[in-house]
Amino acid sequence: MTAADAFSAGISSRPEAAEAPALSIDGVSHSYGPRQALIDVDFSVAPARFTALLGLNGAGKSTLFSLITRLFGIQRGHIGIFGHDIAQAPGEALRLLGVVFQPRTLDLDLSVTQNLLYHAALHGIGRRDARTRSGEVLARIGLADRAGSKVRDLSGGQMRRLEIARALLHRPRLLLLDEATVGLDVKARADILNHVRQLVSEQGISVLWATHLFDEIGASDDLVVLHQGRVLARGKVTQVIADAGGSDINTAFMRLTGSTAQNGSPTP
Amino acid sequence: MTSATTTPVRRGFSAAEYLTCLSGIVWREALRFLHQRERFISALVRPLVWLFIFAAGFRQVLGLSIIPPYETYILYEVYIAPGLMAMIQLFNGMQSSLSMVYDREMGNMRTLLVSPLPRWFLLSCKLLAGTAVSLLQVYAFLLIAWFWDIAPPPAGYLTVLPALVLSGLMLGALGMLISSGIKQLENFAGVMNFVIFPMFFASSALYPLWRILESSPMLYYVCLFNPFTHAVELIRFALYGQVNWIALTVVGGYTIAFLIGAILAYDPSRGLIRRGPAGGET
Repeated sequence: MTAADAFSAGISSRPEAAEAPALSIDGVSHSYGPRQALIDVDFSVAPARFTALLGLNGAGKSTLFSLITRLFGIQRGHIGIFGHDIAQAPGEALRLLGVVFQPRTLDLDLSVTQNLLYHAALHGIGRRDARTRSGEVLARIGLADRAGSKVRDLSGGQMRRLEIARALLHRPRLLLLDEATVGLDVKARADILNHVRQLVSEQGISVLWATHLFDEIGASDDLVVLHQGRVLARGKVTQVIADAGGSDINTAFMRLTGSTAQNGSPTP
Repeated sequence: MTSATTTPVRRGFSAAEYLTCLSGIVWREALRFLHQRERFISALVRPLVWLFIFAAGFRQVLGLSIIPPYETYILYEVYIAPGLMAMIQLFNGMQSSLSMVYDREMGNMRTLLVSPLPRWFLLSCKLLAGTAVSLLQVYAFLLIAWFWDIAPPPAGYLTVLPALVLSGLMLGALGMLISSGIKQLENFAGVMNFVIFPMFFASSALYPLWRILESSPMLYYVCLFNPFTHAVELIRFALYGQVNWIALTVVGGYTIAFLIGAILAYDPSRGLIRRGPAGGET
């Protein structure tokens, strides 16, 4: 069984596998007071796969990210990262995880390198090793010449690339990106998306890419459609489109959600 | 690429990793402090105004008898210096927690909290970092005071250090505990008024407790229960190479209680959910 097949099969029916899923979400529900933000969410991300989490604003994507990263306590269900339960073994789980949150989380008053060194320290990486790794990731994202610049002097696209580089500094095996291209121009969006896809194909990193933009989803990706806190569909993109009876991802999404273009409309 | 198995191995964290994390958090806090020169200057101006203006005018009004740890009559400026050192730490403790609320709203706190190290450890590191910054401020204050002949015995500069660390931790933990109950940055100004000023004035920072007892027994007991009073007395005695055991016990106890309370009460989800129709972060 390939990794993609394991993904498509879902968690409940997944047979004993030699390799645990990069991310397993098992019956997760979350509410803010009386309002249910997530309802019995189930899916998994296969190792070395690009998985898109598609949903309108308010679908529950950021809540899910906060639960995966332990910012919120899990009210119901289980979340595992490469087999480590986030509630039982958060340290081991978070060690394997890199995150790019929707809001900027860089320290604007520190330099590019200082931000990276701070992140490295938070993962227990010694100063010498951290400097080496910082140089490597900055060269990879084309920001080596800005190493000493204050972060507030970078463009939006450069900040996002830096956040991705920072998330990779401790060499995680799973990368979460929450609306990573929001507010960026077309070229910066394409650059970031290509960079992340390269991480999957060249380094075998697993990616969960949360978005509300259809054009960021490729035909060979895995896809999870989240709507009003529920998973409506999951599987390979082509399979989700076929199952929904749509001609493309746009129509499939509209059929699944019964929605038309509205608040947070899924348009490029 | 390595592969995980269905029975993942837990390897834990080494002492070196803990130490690296601690030094990184302290380093970042120090960098931020040095970048904010206004914060450093205002942290110094506040106690200096009390020392040079308030104390100069008040010294003729208030008579001080000889009380421990002093062995002779002292100037009023000398009496209030430990109180002002504690005041620096009180403001710093509250400002550190203010920065935690700010970081939480701005998203920077997420960087800290997704570290794989235990959350209690991360928050304790943040507390230690804030205390380290307060020590810089206090010693800068002592240096300026020295030029005005307000100086403890030379050894006092060293013997006061442990007292300052402990009082800094207590006041920082209090600030952290308060910040854990604050949802938004704008709520903090009210807390400052309800915490800093009552704690400072209802203490032995400006006048000895026997003076307060003479005028109001009830206020005296309020001062006795005020942890800030004991922080001031701990510092006052330590400046003269002595240990006030009651103050040490009380400050140590409050530090542990505040820290445990802050760690248990800390909820990172506060402030993470944005408000308004554009927020939509769910």
